[in-house]
Amino acid sequence: MNAPRDPGAQTPILDLAADFPILARPVHGRRLAYLDNGATTQKPAAVIEAEARFYRESNANIHRGVHWLSQHATELYDGARATVQRFLNAARADEIVFTRGTTEAINLVAQSWGRPRLAAGDEILLSTMEHHSNIVPWQLVCEQTGAVLKVIPVQDNGELDMEAFEGLLGERTRLLAITHVSNALGTVNPVAAMTRRAHELGALVLVDGAQAVAHQAVDVQAIGCDFYAFSGHKLYGPTGIGALYGRAELLRHMPPWQGGGDMIRTVAFDNTTFAPPPQRFEAGTPNIAGAIALAAAIDYMQGVGLARIHAHEQALLEYGTRALQDIPGVRLVGTAREKAGILSFLVDGIHPHDLGTILDSEGVAIRAGHHCAMPLMTRFGIPGTARASLGLYNGLADLDALVAAIHKAQALFGTRRQA
Amino acid sequence: MSDMQDSLRELYQEVIFDHNRNPRNYRPLPAASHHADGHNPLCGDQLTVYLQVEDGIVREASFVGHGCAISTASASLMTEAVKGKPVAEVEALFRDVHALLTEGREAADPARDFGKLEVLSGVKEFPARVKCATLAWHTLHNALVGEHETAHTE
Repeated sequence: MNAPRDPGAQTPILDLAADFPILARPVHGRRLAYLDNGATTQKPAAVIEAEARFYRESNANIHRGVHWLSQHATELYDGARATVQRFLNAARADEIVFTRGTTEAINLVAQSWGRPRLAAGDEILLSTMEHHSNIVPWQLVCEQTGAVLKVIPVQDNGELDMEAFEGLLGERTRLLAITHVSNALGTVNPVAAMTRRAHELGALVLVDGAQAVAHQAVDVQAIGCDFYAFSGHKLYGPTGIGALYGRAELLRHMPPWQGGGDMIRTVAFDNTTFAPPPQRFEAGTPNIAGAIALAAAIDYMQGVGLARIHAHEQALLEYGTRALQDIPGVRLVGTAREKAGILSFLVDGIHPHDLGTILDSEGVAIRAGHHCAMPLMTRFGIPGTARASLGLYNGLADLDALVAAIHKAQALFGTRRQA
Repeated sequence: MSDMQDSLRELYQEVIFDHNRNPRNYRPLPAASHHADGHNPLCGDQLTVYLQVEDGIVREASFVGHGCAISTASASLMTEAVKGKPVAEVEALFRDVHALLTEGREAADPARDFGKLEVLSGVKEFPARVKCATLAWHTLHNALVGEHETAHTE
């Protein structure tokens, strides 16, 4: 990506921290440098207010009341679905199913699409860099159906081995389940090109968008994928809400995977008929306030502009990459040519967990560990990494705080070397 | 200096760095009568504790594995502390160390002299790190009671 050489000149750096109340809160007496956005993002006042406003002014159950408040809540909920549709550029609103998050969305596809259709010997193709949430649901469905997993290896720089991908793709491949952006390495995968190849061989494609949606504009029609999953809390929305995009003709032929209210057309003890998508997949009272606040988060991001957010984070990524590479004893893990704002690294002689504790004492919040990607850590022969992951409210000061805190840790551990 | 900086210094004392850099008894024990594996899935910390018990006495203790400074130092200090002690006393020490790390000094036997192990008590101020310090001790306990399941601190 083309970030300017000097982020100070003609800066694409945004200054939005004031929109996020929690960032004003000191941690351990220090200014908070929140660099754990890959785990979850902080929420702007607009999102917090949208959720509170729903409960203050609009709360009622949806799709069942004749009273005014229920109709009002239903309109807001349906409006949130339309917001997600536009956000992903889905062709139709009924291609958007609200879920608890990415994990539930993937499990939905595994159980509703996969379980009835997969047979012994069918292959599901995924990659070494998948989050556990895009591995374990497929392992479960493999146990149920006799299907098998095939795994695309990762190269030393954190990019997928595309030659191996071509070799693994075959006539038994029924589904490619692939992450858009690696949560542990930041690698952006060429999901559109991979989707074209998978489709040529008759396989469907699910893209795990959990780490992508907050960092770049996503267009599911341009990608061409059949399913796309994401979580609200990673794009400045609340926890417990996310969405699955599924192509209409696929969703139409998928059976329900959870039963209950709201997903039926008629219920009788000898014959129950199901509602069309997306209601068929939304059994029970959904997270109404969450969906509405998720729409508020999308509105907030679109107000800033996805292209500006992307340019901002790329500038920070370049600044942070250079700053970390300049520290003797620091090694970046994941140096793909195309990356989202994730800096995974190791510091010689300091275990990531010790580093995490020392950085925290300086107000710098990072993630340390395997990042729910244990096969990937095994691939690199490491127990885990320290990970700084960027968001739209981060600035150069956060990365400077990160660098200063790493210096402090090296001084404490006696591993500091001169540049 | 803030409380946090004090707590950090309480935790990362020279004894911890020393045992992290040069862990004592860091080797497998071919003649071990007892051994057990420990794993902290959250951190990825992994170790194996070996014991050679004769006539109810822990004659030798060692470990191998990898982990953070706290877990490595804790395992190293532990092997030094248990060597030469009767099994019953080692079990009592396990209970007291566990109490020290999770609840504080007052939860342990008042007569207990922790010696060098006292440095581990600094972890109490870091709830996310307590399991790093207790992993080796849970694994020791499993080795002694013949529990062959991997010890988990989750």
